[in-house]
Amino acid sequence: MSTLNLTANIERPDDFYADLIDAHEGLSKDESDALNARLVLVLANQIGDYATLKAALDAAALK
Amino acid sequence: MFDDRYTLAYKMYPYEKSPDQNKAQAVRHPVVVMGGGPIGIATALDFGLQGIPVLVLDDHEGVGMGSRAICFSKRCLEVADRYGAGEPMLEKGVVWNLGKVFHKDEKVFEFNLLPEEGHKYPAFINLQQPYYESFQLDRLRKLQEQGAPIEIRGKNRVDNVKVHDDHVVLEVMTPDGPYKVEADWLIGCDGASSPLRAMLDMDFTGKVFQDSFLIADIKMKGDVEFPTERWFWFEPSHGQGASTLLHKQPDDVWRVDFQIGWDVDRKEEMKEENIRRRLDAFLGGVAYDIVWSSIYTFQCKRMDTFRNGRVFFAGDAAHQVSPFGARGANSGMQDVDNLGWKLGLVINGKADDSLLASYDIERIHGADENILNSTRSTDFITPKSDQSRIFRDAVLALSGAYEFARPLVNSGRLSVPCTYDGSPLNSADALAGPERTRPGSPCPDAELADGYLLGQLGNDFVLLCINTDGPDGLEECGIKVRTIRLTAQDDPKGYVKDRYLGDAASAVYLIRPDQHVAARREVFNENMVRAEIRRAIGKE
Repeated sequence: MSTLNLTANIERPDDFYADLIDAHEGLSKDESDALNARLVLVLANQIGDYATLKAALDAAALK
Repeated sequence: MFDDRYTLAYKMYPYEKSPDQNKAQAVRHPVVVMGGGPIGIATALDFGLQGIPVLVLDDHEGVGMGSRAICFSKRCLEVADRYGAGEPMLEKGVVWNLGKVFHKDEKVFEFNLLPEEGHKYPAFINLQQPYYESFQLDRLRKLQEQGAPIEIRGKNRVDNVKVHDDHVVLEVMTPDGPYKVEADWLIGCDGASSPLRAMLDMDFTGKVFQDSFLIADIKMKGDVEFPTERWFWFEPSHGQGASTLLHKQPDDVWRVDFQIGWDVDRKEEMKEENIRRRLDAFLGGVAYDIVWSSIYTFQCKRMDTFRNGRVFFAGDAAHQVSPFGARGANSGMQDVDNLGWKLGLVINGKADDSLLASYDIERIHGADENILNSTRSTDFITPKSDQSRIFRDAVLALSGAYEFARPLVNSGRLSVPCTYDGSPLNSADALAGPERTRPGSPCPDAELADGYLLGQLGNDFVLLCINTDGPDGLEECGIKVRTIRLTAQDDPKGYVKDRYLGDAASAVYLIRPDQHVAARREVFNENMVRAEIRRAIGKE
């Protein structure tokens, strides 16, 4: 069963968002895309559960 | 010559020749304030209430025209209340709690400030700056009538200053020509472009944001009903701004704020027909009058230090932030709140320079917090890179569908008062009490059986004894401490228990004249409390 959490769960949202934008500072478009791809994979590994990942893909697609 | 830099809304202190101008020797004043804006006048109120003579020099003769700052926070109003000027502001101001955020015309969510019960003042009021300033000036006139040693000199422009070890010499221009004034202490409240800062060649560094905003304050004609809410649009389809804000002020005036980009022709944009073109596209067929309009750009900057020997800086002169989050005038009021009692104790010989050094420590902490929050809001509203825009738009796209993304939407994090964590004036926390009232915190208000708690705190050091006792008339280093005792009977609704006791059975709080907590413990301990008082005045 999917356990995708779509309620607010990010600790210190403003700090996280600022760090996320900072991580891209000075990168080219290609470098930024590559960073995002790596980040998605790292976070996906943290989630692990297949059904949850599938639900996250659907949520992000705003279907 | 003596030209006005701006038009006045109210002429309140017309130029009069002072006897000082006829004297061969410059007259020495204990405290001189440069600038008669909201922060300068608040400074005058603070010293006037302490009975310390204060002279305000302003290059104008009253309150400037234009709504300008419109959003005043609870803490700002509480400081104004301590000066006796808060109630008319609350009466005139518009109280609002609900905010709505739109993306491409769709409402993505709304938020409620969810006001906590039991406070005299709401989280925010909207009030045109000229009202704010005139209420402070009304109070100042009252205090003068009661004999408070406050003087304001209109059309007195400070052209030069010389800082000596133990005083400052000011060259002042008036319509009758120049004269000199001496000050033991000078406080620069002369605004974001502070001439004083330039005269002393002090750094003001930070970020400039490459965007401009067109403000139009309008009065709707006929029966138009907009709710008293804050509405913020990202990328509205009317295309008249990359973002747009609508916010209500008193007298049925609405603030409209369009983000119009960096490369704009200011003169062209300020033409009424062009302002109306944007407003018409935004409002549809509504008829309105334009009350005031302006274009602003902004920066997030501060001085490296708010002090230069005998000179202090407060308000926008010391630090400037973007308007998102209502952190300009509000943080300036906290500067004054912080500086007034400290300098007062030094002038009265009860504290030393070490106490004054804490002004920089505490208020730079406050300024940095404001700059951080305001910079983040600005980066969200006006993304500065493609990647930043991609994430911003992703957050907005998700926030309509999923609650998790909403805390990331940043259309301004509204100002909350600064807690002076780590200040050298704080004593170690000795109470298992609520986090929000730890040493360094501004005291939260609490409705009592009779009145409000904050009305009883401030101006002096207070020993607040809750469900326990402490002595009357405690005195340390010449500081007389006022004792206030509260029991469950005074606290029928339990606000004091929630905010000051938590799980503790009793508490003794040492509270500074600016209503910040200096120390707290469960029961009175004379040696410890004496040490806490010394620490709170920089002597430990």
